[in-house]
Amino acid sequence: MLSIAAVLVLALAVGAYYAGQSRATRLAGGRLAALHSRPTYHGLYSALWILIAGWGALLIASIVSRSMVDGALMEMIEAALPDSRFIERQLILSDAKSLARGGIASSTDDLRQQVAERAASLGLTRVFAVLLLTAAAAGVAFWRTQSQIAVDWRARNRSERIIQTILWVSAVIAILTTIGIVLSLVGETLIFFSRIDWQVFSYLFGTTWSPLSGVFEGTMDPAKVGAVPLFLGTFMITLIAMLVAVPIGLFAAIYLSDFAPKSVRAWAKPMLEILAGIPTVVYGFFAAITVAPWIRGTGEAIGLSVASESALAAGVVMGIMIIPFISSLSDDVINSVPQSLRDGSYGLGATRGETMRQVVLPAALPGIVSAVLLGISRAVGETMIVVMAAGQGANLTLNPLDAVTTVTVQIVALITGDTEADTAAAPAFTLGFTLFVVTLALNVVALRIVRRYREMYD
Amino acid sequence: MVSMTDLSAQHGSAAASRRLKARRAADFRLKLYGIIAIALAGLALIALLGSTVMKASLAVTEHYLTPTLSLPAEDLGATPEDLARANYDGLVKAQLRAMFPSMSDRRSRRELYGIVSSGASFELRDHVLANPDAVGGAVDFPLLASDDVDLYLKGDFGDLRKVRHSGDLSPTGTEGTIELLSTSNDFVDQLLAVKATLLDAAALLRRQADRQEAGRAFRAAEAAEAADDAAREGFLAQAEAFAAERDRLNAEADDLEMRAARPGGQEALDNSTPSVMVRINGGVVKATELSATGLVGETLIPLDSDAAASPEDWVLWVMDTPERARKISDKQIVAVEILREQGAVSSRFNTRFFTAGDSREPELAGIWGAAVGSFWTMLVTFCLAFPIGVLAAIYLEEFAPKNRLTDFIEVNINNLAAVPSIVFGLLGLSIFVAGISVFGIEIGGFMPRSAPVAGGAVLALMTLPTIIIASRASIRAVPPSIRDAALGLGASKLQTSFHHVLPLAMPGILTGTIIGMAQALGETAPLIMIGMVAFIVDIPGGITDSATVLPVQVFRWSDFPERGFEARTAAAICVLLVFLVFMNALAVFLRRRFERRW
Repeated sequence: MLSIAAVLVLALAVGAYYAGQSRATRLAGGRLAALHSRPTYHGLYSALWILIAGWGALLIASIVSRSMVDGALMEMIEAALPDSRFIERQLILSDAKSLARGGIASSTDDLRQQVAERAASLGLTRVFAVLLLTAAAAGVAFWRTQSQIAVDWRARNRSERIIQTILWVSAVIAILTTIGIVLSLVGETLIFFSRIDWQVFSYLFGTTWSPLSGVFEGTMDPAKVGAVPLFLGTFMITLIAMLVAVPIGLFAAIYLSDFAPKSVRAWAKPMLEILAGIPTVVYGFFAAITVAPWIRGTGEAIGLSVASESALAAGVVMGIMIIPFISSLSDDVINSVPQSLRDGSYGLGATRGETMRQVVLPAALPGIVSAVLLGISRAVGETMIVVMAAGQGANLTLNPLDAVTTVTVQIVALITGDTEADTAAAPAFTLGFTLFVVTLALNVVALRIVRRYREMYD
Repeated sequence: MVSMTDLSAQHGSAAASRRLKARRAADFRLKLYGIIAIALAGLALIALLGSTVMKASLAVTEHYLTPTLSLPAEDLGATPEDLARANYDGLVKAQLRAMFPSMSDRRSRRELYGIVSSGASFELRDHVLANPDAVGGAVDFPLLASDDVDLYLKGDFGDLRKVRHSGDLSPTGTEGTIELLSTSNDFVDQLLAVKATLLDAAALLRRQADRQEAGRAFRAAEAAEAADDAAREGFLAQAEAFAAERDRLNAEADDLEMRAARPGGQEALDNSTPSVMVRINGGVVKATELSATGLVGETLIPLDSDAAASPEDWVLWVMDTPERARKISDKQIVAVEILREQGAVSSRFNTRFFTAGDSREPELAGIWGAAVGSFWTMLVTFCLAFPIGVLAAIYLEEFAPKNRLTDFIEVNINNLAAVPSIVFGLLGLSIFVAGISVFGIEIGGFMPRSAPVAGGAVLALMTLPTIIIASRASIRAVPPSIRDAALGLGASKLQTSFHHVLPLAMPGILTGTIIGMAQALGETAPLIMIGMVAFIVDIPGGITDSATVLPVQVFRWSDFPERGFEARTAAAICVLLVFLVFMNALAVFLRRRFERRW
C-alpha cells in the first residue's frame, strides 16, 4: 500500500516536470531568452520539491505513526495486565500483530484477539492517515512550485541548490553507515555487559567460552563468556595465513615489479587477480573438501593425529586468499619507488638483487608494512573460510593441527543457531564490536604509516 | 691514488671473482624465490579450480531408468481429477516389484524402491496429466535415478568389474542357497583378495591385543606396588582379565593369519569384503563362501535352469569396494545392471540443475532459484549503490569544501572499505531486519528476513565505498581544461559536472561499479547474518519474496552429508565463477574500449 503511494508521488513529480516546463514556455510567449532559467529547470524544480515533500512525508509519517500505534496497543495491554513483565507484553503485541495480518501466533487468547482487532483497525486508520498526509504534502508542493513559475523566477539556481544538497546527503551516507554500525554494535554490547554484571575483564581474559549455557533469567554467567579461546584461534589462523601469504605475496611482487620479463607479467598479474576475485565461499569449500582431508591424510601417513577441521587447513587456504592482496599492494608500493633511486644504485655497480634489498625495499617498507597490516585485518575479519573449514568448539590450544574456532565463526554460530535471537544477539554483537574495533585500529595504523612516509623519496 | 694495474689486479683476483659469483648467486636466488612464489600461487589456483571442476563433472549428467510402465486405467481413474490424485508412487513401486519378484522381503523392497528418485513419481504424474490418452496402455517413461544410483553409474563407488574366466560353471539349484562349481580355478584371484582382507583384520586384532597387554602390564605394576593384599588381589585379577582378552585376540588373529596363508580352502564373504556375484542362466548369485574353483551363494535373481554354462554364457561380477563402504547395496547394483542389460538405463545432460529450485534430494536440486535470488539482490544493490556512490563521488571531487567534515567523510569511506563484511551483516540484521529504537522511536525493522530487498540494501552499503573510490579516481582523471572550458562558456558548476565531467568519467565509474558488484555477487557472510539461509524451494518472484543467493546456496549445500550434493556444490561454484568471469571481462572490456588517457 505504502509502496504504491511512493510510486504515485513519483508519477506526480513526472507530471509536474512536464507541467512546469510547458507553463514556463507559455509564460515566455515564444521568446525563450526572456526566461531567467530554461523551461526544463522550472519543471525540474517542481518535480524535486514534490519528491522531497511527498517521500519525506511518507517516510516520517509511517515511522511516527507506527510508533504511535505500537504505543497505543502497548497501553492497552498494560491496562489489561498491569503487573506483567515488559517482555511478556512485547510477546503479546507481536502475537496480536501476527493475528491481525492473518498469520500464526504462539498462542491465542481473548486479550490477543482484542489487541489484534484493535491493531487491525488502527492499522487501517494509520494507512489512511499516512496516505492523506503524503497526498497533502505532495499536493501543496505541486501547487506552490507551479504557481511560483514566472519569467524571472530563478528556477535553475534553486534546483541546483537542491541537487547540491542531495549530493551532500549522498556523501554523508558514509558517515551514517559508520554511525549505524557503531550504534547497533554498541547497543547490544552494553546489553551483554550488563547481563554479565559489567565484568568486562571476564569477557576479555576468561578462558571458557560457552555463553549460552550460562543464561539464567536475563543474566549470563560471567565465568562462561571468556573470549580468549576465540581470540587465540583467530590469532593462530591469521598467523598461519600470514606465514603463507606474506612470503609468497612479497616475493611475487618483487619478482613481478623488477625482475620478470614483460611476457611473464602479462599472465602472472591476471592470474593473481583471478585469485583475488574468487568468492570466499569458494575458498571455504576448497578448504573443507579438498585441503583439510589432504592435510589429515598426509598427517596420518606420517603418524600425526590431525583434526578434520584443523586450523592449518583453514589458515593455509586463507593465506592463499590473501596472497593477491599482499602482492598487488606491495607491487604498487615497489613500483612507486622512484626510478632515480634504482638508477643511482645501478650506477654504483649494485646488482638488481642488491638494489632491491638495500635500496628499493627499505624505501617501500612503510607501504609493505601497511599492506601486511591490511592483510591481517582481512584475515581477522574473514568469515566464510573459517565457518566452513574451522571448528565450532572453543578449544584453548596452540597446536595448528587441532580444531580451533574464531570470532567470526562464533558470531555466525550464535546468530544462525537455535537460541532465541534476543539471548544470542548480545554476545554475537559484542564479538562483532570487538572485531570492528580491531580491524578499524589495524586500518587506521596502516593508513597512518602510509601517509606518514609517503612522500619521503619524491 | 690507486694505480690501474692495482685495480685490475684487485678486480681480477680470485677473491674478487668469488665475491662476484656470490653476488650473482644472491641475485639469482632472489629471482628464484620470486618464480617459486608465482609458481605456488599458480599451483594453488590450479588446485582450487581443478578440484572444483573435477567434482562438478559428476553433476554434468543425470541418469534415468526407463522400465516399461503399465498405466492401468482401474488404478488411475479416468477424469482429470482422478488422474491428478492417483498414487503414482505406488505405481512405480509396483512396477519395480513386478520386475524383480525375488526381492520381496521388506528390506530388499526398500532397497529396490531406493533406486528411483522420490521426484520421479511427480514427473510421471505430470506426464500422465499432459497425455491422458496413455492411460490403459504402457509407457517407456524415464524415471529419474536416485543420487546413489546416479553416482554408481558414474563410477563414484568404483566400477563393477567383469572378470575373465575360462571354466564351465554348473549350479546345483535355481533358488535359495546354491553352489556353483567351475571346471577351472576361476575364483582364485578373488579368493586371494579376500585373504588379503583377512590379514588386515588380523593386524587390527593384534593392535587390540597390544592394548590389552599394555593394560595388563599397567595393572601388574600397580599390583607390585599395592599397599595391602586385598588391593593386590584386585589388581592381579584385573591383569588376569586383560591377559585372557589378549590371548583370545591373539588366537583369533593367529587363526585369521593361518587361513590367509593356507592356499586354497574356503573363505566366507560379508559386507566388509569385496562383493563377488555371478550372472548365470538368467539369474544372479551373490557369493557368501568362496573357493578357488567354486562358490556358495544366495540367488538374488532365480536362475532359469540348473544346466551348466559354458565360459561365454556366464559373467563374473566383482565390486572391489566392500558393501558397507558404499551407499549402494549389492541388490541395488544387480537391479540397475539388469535394467542396463535391457537397455533401460540412459543418461542425459543435467538441465534440471539449471532450471530447478532447491531440494533436499541431491538429484532434484537445482540453482535456478538461487540464481534468480541473486539477480533480485544485485538489482537492489545496484539501484541503491550506483546512484548514491556516483553522487557522493561528484560531491567529494567537485563540490566539497576543504574542511573537517569532508576529511571525516573521506576517512570514513576508506575505513568502511576495510570493515569485515560480517559486521555489515550485523548492521543489516539490527537496523533493516530487527529494527533499533532511537529516542523511543523505532527505526528500521521494516524489511522482511531473507528477502532480496534486505540483502541488497546490506550489500549496497558494503559496495558503496568501492564505487565511491573508483568513481572519484575516474572523475579526478578528467582534466581541468574540460571544466574550465565549460565554465568559460557560461555553464554552472552543476552543469559542468553533470554534462561534461560525468560522461567522460562514466567508463571508469562503470568499471569500478562492475567490480564492486562482482564482489557483492560473491559475498556470503552478511546475507547469512540477515537470515538468507532458509530452505526455499520456490523461485522468488520479486524483491520482497523469500530468496537465497548463489554463494549462500553453495554454503548450504556444502553442509549436506549426501555425496550427490558435493558435486552439485562444485557445479554451483562453477556457475558462480562463470558469472564473475563474465562481469570482470566486461569491466576489462569497458576499461580497454572507452577509457581515455588524457
